[in-house]
Amino acid sequence: MIPVLAAVIVLVIIGSTFFLRARRSKLPQLPKTPEKSVAETVSADSSLDMVSDRLDEAQAEPGDLVRGTIKSRSVFSNIIGKIRKSSSLDQQLWDELEDTLLLSDLGLSLTERVIEGAKAAVAKSQKTDGAAIIDAIREQLRLLFVDAERELIYSGVTPTVWLIVGVNGVGKTTSIGKLSSLAAADGKKVILAAGDTFRAAAADQLQGWAERTSSDIVRSVPGADPSSVVFDAIQKAASRNYDLVIADTAGRLHTKFNLMEELKKLRRIADKEPGHLCEVLLVLDATTGQNGLIQAREFTQAANLTGVILTKLDGSAKGGIALAVEAELGVPIKLVGVGERARDLIPFDPEEFISLLLDVDQDGVAGKLAGDN
Amino acid sequence: MFDSLTDRFDDIFSRLRKKGRLSEAEVDAVLREIRAALIEADVNVGVVRTLVERIRQETVGEDLQRSLSPSQHVIKAVNAELTKVLGGESLKITYASRPPTIVLMAGLQGVGKTTAAAKLALWFRHQGRSPLLVGADLQRPAAVEQLGVLAGQAGVDIFSLPGDPVTTAIAGVEEARRLGRDVVIVDTAGRLSIDEELMQEVEKISSSIQPNYTFLVVDAMVGQDAVNSAKSFNERLSLSGVILTKLDGDSRGGAALSVRHVVGKPIAFASTGEKLADFDIFYPDRMANRILGMGDVLSLIEQAERTLDKEVTEKGAKKLRGGKFDLEDFLEQMQQVKKMGPLKGVLSMLPGVPKEIRNADIDERELAKVEAIISSMTRKERANPEMIDGSRRLRIANGSGTSTAAVGTLLKQFKDMQKMMRSMGVGGPSPTKKAPNRANNKKKKRR
Ligand SMILES: Nc1nc2c(ncn2[C@@H]2O[C@H](COP(=O)(O)OP(=O)(O)OP(=O)(O)O)[C@@H](O)[C@H]2O)c(=O)[nH]1
Ligand SMILES: [Mg+2]
Repeated sequence: MIPVLAAVIVLVIIGSTFFLRARRSKLPQLPKTPEKSVAETVSADSSLDMVSDRLDEAQAEPGDLVRGTIKSRSVFSNIIGKIRKSSSLDQQLWDELEDTLLLSDLGLSLTERVIEGAKAAVAKSQKTDGAAIIDAIREQLRLLFVDAERELIYSGVTPTVWLIVGVNGVGKTTSIGKLSSLAAADGKKVILAAGDTFRAAAADQLQGWAERTSSDIVRSVPGADPSSVVFDAIQKAASRNYDLVIADTAGRLHTKFNLMEELKKLRRIADKEPGHLCEVLLVLDATTGQNGLIQAREFTQAANLTGVILTKLDGSAKGGIALAVEAELGVPIKLVGVGERARDLIPFDPEEFISLLLDVDQDGVAGKLAGDN
Repeated sequence: MFDSLTDRFDDIFSRLRKKGRLSEAEVDAVLREIRAALIEADVNVGVVRTLVERIRQETVGEDLQRSLSPSQHVIKAVNAELTKVLGGESLKITYASRPPTIVLMAGLQGVGKTTAAAKLALWFRHQGRSPLLVGADLQRPAAVEQLGVLAGQAGVDIFSLPGDPVTTAIAGVEEARRLGRDVVIVDTAGRLSIDEELMQEVEKISSSIQPNYTFLVVDAMVGQDAVNSAKSFNERLSLSGVILTKLDGDSRGGAALSVRHVVGKPIAFASTGEKLADFDIFYPDRMANRILGMGDVLSLIEQAERTLDKEVTEKGAKKLRGGKFDLEDFLEQMQQVKKMGPLKGVLSMLPGVPKEIRNADIDERELAKVEAIISSMTRKERANPEMIDGSRRLRIANGSGTSTAAVGTLLKQFKDMQKMMRSMGVGGPSPTKKAPNRANNKKKKRR
């Protein structure tokens, strides 16, 4: 009955606020949900060692991010080219620069911070040529990244557990397939835990990836308790000497109270002996807009994220929201998805990402690409 | 997270009240806030520019000073503009004279095409049609299995062939014809709009089956890129409309506006939950409010004004603040609030409702039970629940058709609630937060 009681009381409060407001002839100001403080990110336990340095050779070479996303760059305008050529920067060019960042989904407040910072730096240095301005912007963007370990962490004691979370359709299951192939290339023995017992055929999808990457899978029937699947996978991993359990979870909107509670439980189970939970990775789709920041905030509150996998960077979207997540919440972007094949997962490199946000190869003016027709 | 446009305007308009007239700079400030709100809602920057210009033209000429509430006035104008863009002509489904009516689903990866296809099939069934679903997503592992399970839930048959998507689509339409189905819905693999090979493939599917309707499925959470992909899909497939998914989240959904504006095709359906029945035709006015971060406040105010008795509501709030809210008051308030519609629906329209409550399982039957129990008490008992002993409890249980246990639970929970409200000082006027980072934005010059 609690929900009913509480709901009525909330409505009374809000209802009366309407009238109070109406008297002052304004639109109602509604009580706001208090902003919760952001949970700290988990810092890696000192007993954990890094064994994923081979990740690099198994996967990408430098420049792969840019190569992987080369197609996407044609949609971007040539603001940088324009700036490079210009001898001084007028307001219109600054505005276009601002639009360029906004179009990457970086968000308004960070974009303004970057532009203001760059303007100040340029004013101070008194160098107003194009190159100096681009450097200033780059420098400001660099400041948004946290100084964090971006390699995936294994426990010193097996089995290591990685938990993969996110909203619906962002690429969790696919990323798990890719992670599994990465770990296998690293010589690890891997079990996938089919923790999505909700979506139709989710376990079949994961099984497809298990077969493709020669890893094992633990699955249950549709509707089963996801915690018990993860639990079973960890038990099996411990008794049969597996190195790594990667747990899939059902896509969930962060607004669904019950599902977020379920996730908290899932995290607790994943962190129980004999398992060692080393990564809780949020999968973020590069096409996501400003809601991504709210998602990350809610997920980190429920499950204490250790990193982000930014997927679908092979599309035309820039994924600026991931940088906003890193800057605002301190959760580092660890990997980048650039396609649908097993090998399309590469380590995240801030410098490359900055280039992606800024570099362009086509003529045109930012903002022209939309809305004027 | 997001300030509602109202909060942002208040500051500017308080200056108007003092001076009676907005200066050029202040008009700019208002428009800047509108721009900021739209960008935070993921409306494409280019589209924002066009809209803000239009709003300027519409509001500048008006004498804001004479309007009782300039802030409300401007918001209404913005709202009307957005509704106009979102609405326009809507999509009417007409069925092919020679069945089946062929529907093609397309979109980026992970937007919810497969679920939307099944939901659409169920929708057609509710229109008295008998659709066939065709699984032509042969790319993603287990996509056809997923469609199969969903088709089962929707009570619809499914057809698929391994191998080539184009062949599968053609064969699926043939099969629908053979079976005498009047609608056939073809689900396709998710693809990037810049993936030339896959875009050619979907183009080929389209030209082979000649769909009557082609829907682009768009995720409500998508950001600035929405227009790029929508444009490409529209060029290749000539869309009939858009299906907007994942509206049960809290994204503001500005992409709907951008896509509508840039592609010029109506938003036909909205998908609002994981259940197959959570699917409906699209309402532009609700979406406009959502984009502005106002929940459905505008219509809710009207509804509240129509249905709530002002005196009663204010009395209740006063008692709450004073910590004197008893079961009698609760009953009275509950009966009022009930008039506004299902509790869950009302709560979901309001911004600012704590999410624990917004997402709680609110069962309207519970509400009826609570009402029955309290109604079976005497006035005295409502004011003094302590006097309810075993025999009274039994009487109340019998009177309300519930059990003594239910009566006990209600009493205990209400008491807890009272305690909690007192300790939190609930009910006081809510402090209005001003976001600090906006303060310096206002000083800046933007177009
Ligand atoms: N182009 C591209 N597509 C991707 C990438 N990662 C995932 N996808 C595709 O996105 C779609 C959804 O991926 P899934 O792995 O099923 O996503 P999910 O998060 O597990 O989805 P749910 O379990 O339904 O919530 C599939 O079609 C994937 O092939 C990527 O980096 N690039
Ligand atoms: Mg999945």
